[in-house]
Amino acid sequence: MPNRCPAIVLSVLLATGAWTVAAHAQGSGSATLDATRQRGALQCGVSGDVAGFSLPDSQGVMRGIDADVCRAIAAAALGDAGKVKFVPVTTQNRFTALQSGEIDVLAAETTWTLGREASLGLEFAGINFYDGTGFLVKTSAGVKSAKELDGATICVQPGTSTELAIADYFRANNLKFTPIEIQDLQEIRNAFLSGRCDAYSTDSSALAAFRFIQGDKAKDLTLLPEIISKEPLGPSVRKGDDKWFDLVRWTMFAMMTAEELGVDSKNVDQMMTSTNPDIRRLLGVDGDLGKQLGIDPKWAATVIKQVGNFAEMWDRDIAPMGVPRGINALWNKGGLMYAPPMR
Amino acid sequence: MGSSTTAATAGATPARQRPSAARIGPAAWLRANLFGSWASSAATLVLLYLILRAGWSFIDWAVIRAIWQVPAGAHGPDTTICRQAQGIGACWAVVGEKYRFILFGFYPYAEQWRPALVVALFIALFIVSGVRRFWRRELALLWIATLVAIGVLMWGGVLGLSYVPQNQWGGLPITLILATFGLALAFPLAVAVALGRRATSLPAVRLLCVIYVELIRGVPLITLLFMASVMFPLFLPQGVDIDKLLRAQVAFILFAAAYLAEVVRGGLQALPKGQSEAADALGLSYWQKTRLIILPQALRLVIPPLVNTFIGFFKDTSLVLIIGIFDLMKSGTVAIAEPAWQGLSSEIYILLAVIYFAFCFSMSKYSRNLERTFGRARNR
Repeated sequence: MPNRCPAIVLSVLLATGAWTVAAHAQGSGSATLDATRQRGALQCGVSGDVAGFSLPDSQGVMRGIDADVCRAIAAAALGDAGKVKFVPVTTQNRFTALQSGEIDVLAAETTWTLGREASLGLEFAGINFYDGTGFLVKTSAGVKSAKELDGATICVQPGTSTELAIADYFRANNLKFTPIEIQDLQEIRNAFLSGRCDAYSTDSSALAAFRFIQGDKAKDLTLLPEIISKEPLGPSVRKGDDKWFDLVRWTMFAMMTAEELGVDSKNVDQMMTSTNPDIRRLLGVDGDLGKQLGIDPKWAATVIKQVGNFAEMWDRDIAPMGVPRGINALWNKGGLMYAPPMR
Repeated sequence: MGSSTTAATAGATPARQRPSAARIGPAAWLRANLFGSWASSAATLVLLYLILRAGWSFIDWAVIRAIWQVPAGAHGPDTTICRQAQGIGACWAVVGEKYRFILFGFYPYAEQWRPALVVALFIALFIVSGVRRFWRRELALLWIATLVAIGVLMWGGVLGLSYVPQNQWGGLPITLILATFGLALAFPLAVAVALGRRATSLPAVRLLCVIYVELIRGVPLITLLFMASVMFPLFLPQGVDIDKLLRAQVAFILFAAAYLAEVVRGGLQALPKGQSEAADALGLSYWQKTRLIILPQALRLVIPPLVNTFIGFFKDTSLVLIIGIFDLMKSGTVAIAEPAWQGLSSEIYILLAVIYFAFCFSMSKYSRNLERTFGRARNR
């Protein structure tokens, strides 16, 4: 904050006098972390209507991988995963909500792109889900590859990045297709099942989940192997608060590292006495990782204990939808999830 | 009607004391209105067949083949039987599972008696305000007391109630808050603007009112909500955060007031000039004249369009879903985003339609009563 609007800070300082100066001097060096601590809650922007990412259950409790990332950040920053205020945002107002300070973190399955990072005043702290545009077809059609979809009709939701990705892919491969644009999710699925279009295209995670809920009829639908676009989804923060950025980024890395080292919410207490130096550093038994981030030395242990490691989060939120781990596995298991060393 | 009255008067002679059953009663009504000619009979039968068929399929779907409960599975309820019955029978289990989320949104589950009480308070407030016997000065105090009670219940933080921040409110209370506060505050503003627009002696006020009405009416409500939700926070210094619901509420009041102002102005225009001149002749001041002569008559004239606007705005509150506020409509759609319950939109939309209909229909029914009462006074 100080480096972005000095005039406002100056006037606040003048108005409230030395008390503010003292309070500022004791702060963590991160305006967002200070504000979060003072409020006693993390304000986390989520979409609130996408299953597996953030969706309230019947009791109104937010569930999903984005919601759990918010909880993990709250656990790291405040020591309590319950201290999260979930702020539902829409695709229209999500970036403004972050810029205006209405939310501290945006975790609303937002794709990390150059344009967003360079021009919207935000930066992505990491990736919690690697997604990409895929195609779902009827098994009876006998199509084995997206390259065989020449001349097909494809159901897409208008105005999405999917639409753009398909157009690019077909042009690049000199193929033709007819898009059928349907806005409503239910309508588009009915259109596909009733045979109005040959293929249904959207993010492959959503396609896998859709196929899964068909139950016995799931084998009638085939997910084509091609993933034609990169959609890395992850939490983002405002630019200009590097300390806060570090906290969010390393909270996610801590969850991946915990999975890699076999530390989970059940065995974290026993692991405190482990002799493995990596585990000892992660859990704050040795070293001063927490101090360097300006938070509690046992922050990672708190995160793991209250939210779990990355695999636990995945099994709780994504696995029940029938989405395979795939490229979202750890790097040493054939995936892309790679945490730099925590030392 | 006409024929039966003449029959009754002509029936003074003893031989025709009572009209035969063929001329009055339900059978006669049926014959006159539904089976008057061959064409009419054919149309009646065809329509009757279609209505019965559609009605039967609906009952078959909604009651006979409906599924009322689903067994519990490993990850929450097992909805396989609902999925198999899709298109054949309704799955009301989704309503049983989700009604609390639809009605109260993110409000903490254990505390949901509070928003339930708030909804009851709102309805009681509407009913009491509707009874003419209570139209006294004390009613304003009752409103203030109820609104304070509603605020205390929703926010908590006092009297041993735990504090619930506004972003956890949702569902029906949000819809009622937006509609009630929106219309209750927009109405006085609308009257002021309508009067201002006719104030020929105050050109500046008049111009302001014209600009206000035309500007607001010239843009869609969605634009105003976006302004309130997306642009307005950028003008504020960082860290200053005005409640999102409050911003939406203000946008809503401004929008409703512009429309209501035009309705009220319609009433003012319709009033004969003689009324105002007579009041002047009696030596009443402008405010006395407006309060005692002009407004009571003008507002009475525009009850139907006023209620029309009220009903429209009650339903327009659902537009706040585009700025991420979970009103009744949004929480209904989110309730069926969970994979297990996906595709059961008809059941949820029927529930939402019933709730909206209950409120809107009571409004229109009440306005008809009001018109009749006032009409009686005028026609006396």
